[in-house]
Amino acid sequence: MKTSTFPDPFETARKEDGVLEIDDQNDKVTMLLRHKDVRKTAHNYKSFTSETQPGRIVVPSEVSIRDTRQIPFEVDPPKHGAYRALIEPWFRRPLDPENQAKLTAQIESIVADALCKQTVEIVEDFALPLQSKALTLLLNTPLEESETWISWGTHVFRSEGEALDGDKANVLYDYIEAQLDRTIAQPGEDLYSVLLNSEVEGKKLTKEEAKGVMVLTFAGGRDTVINAVTNAIAYFADHPEGLARLRQEPELIGNAVEEMIRYFSPLTQMGREVTEDTQVCEHAIKAKSRVSLCWASANRDEGIFENANEIVLDRKVNPHVGFGFSHHNCLGATHARQIMRILLSTLSHQIGKIEILSSEDNIEDWKKYRRKVGYHQLTVKLSPLNK
Amino acid sequence: MAKITFITRDKQSITLEGNAGSAMALAVANGVTGIDGDCGGVCSCATCHVYLSPEGLERAGAASEIETDMLELDDNANEFSRLCCQIEISDAIDGLVLNVAR
Repeated sequence: MKTSTFPDPFETARKEDGVLEIDDQNDKVTMLLRHKDVRKTAHNYKSFTSETQPGRIVVPSEVSIRDTRQIPFEVDPPKHGAYRALIEPWFRRPLDPENQAKLTAQIESIVADALCKQTVEIVEDFALPLQSKALTLLLNTPLEESETWISWGTHVFRSEGEALDGDKANVLYDYIEAQLDRTIAQPGEDLYSVLLNSEVEGKKLTKEEAKGVMVLTFAGGRDTVINAVTNAIAYFADHPEGLARLRQEPELIGNAVEEMIRYFSPLTQMGREVTEDTQVCEHAIKAKSRVSLCWASANRDEGIFENANEIVLDRKVNPHVGFGFSHHNCLGATHARQIMRILLSTLSHQIGKIEILSSEDNIEDWKKYRRKVGYHQLTVKLSPLNK
Repeated sequence: MAKITFITRDKQSITLEGNAGSAMALAVANGVTGIDGDCGGVCSCATCHVYLSPEGLERAGAASEIETDMLELDDNANEFSRLCCQIEISDAIDGLVLNVAR
């Protein structure tokens, strides 16, 4: 098996039952595995709510480590729509040509530095700085701020299997709290300031609501982006022909990014609380219990995707759910897509060959399934493209 | 060469000419409000939802199963809905009018 192969651990359960029950801190979660069930359930917020106790819809549950409600993620329509309308324009800023140019300059510089070093550990020394520096653009904060985020390392708020570390999570919550206090004292032009100066349904956004948006922005886009970037590098190491093809056919870069998001599915699943006794996939589900929408399994559903276990760079029709689906689809998707599109373009123009020297898989271990989501470390040798 | 007219929610009428590619790509390239095409045209995001007339629908053709499945979970979709990333530009759709859903 190649280093960049990400097996689908859900295939048998998806075909046979359509669900998989896991135990999350002594609370059962029924994972929905089929594409159709996942999308239908994601759309039905009335029976499958996100607006329960903060942290409960996350798997593993974060109930014991946070009280702040992440916004708009843990709010359902209609209020969800009001929050989303407020912040959506900001999260579409990565489409501005000026922002794209800045992100391109950042990524080109990171790739050039990596080429100078020749041997690079991608997770800590490439993907983490890339994600952190790019986030300064999304937040419109000074580039220097990324040094703090990089210093937290990759494990700061990473959930490994069922393990949750409240102390590590507090690093983030304390940081955001301090940034909001700073902003209240001296407003600027960053996302903190925009939030604290905004109104939803005629009421000024509270500090707690702004904190909820910021926690979501930091936590939701960290491991996911780091994994997507790292996994893409591993893929091109194993598939140099893919890089060559993107060089010759740059119009395929958009398709390639969507396909990588489908195949790698950086976020395995997201939960919902069931509001009434119901049925999914012929399984009775009790009110107050949790289901999860398993994006990773849905994205390998053989009934939807031909050659689901392969990366097909030019896949034309690709109804993946790698960024979630329906009302609660990923707020940071525009930013993530821009990062990946610019990264693939830069790699295709600058890199001739990537050789994997060593790697250690990052596996989510839930007893009922083990899923590779990325790497703890991926050390590669980069060679420039001979032009 | 085909002329395609997009009518936005605020009743702006924008007529564009294209030779190839999807109607979504044409709209995005020309900044038509309400057509975002976030996923770049792979039928994953439904941010390019349009309504056609019965005659227009006949010319553009029916939605594929994957597109229909997507539209079924869009609360604003009806029998005249299409995702315009799946409408290929050709002479056959010259003069098509697409009403932007969002």
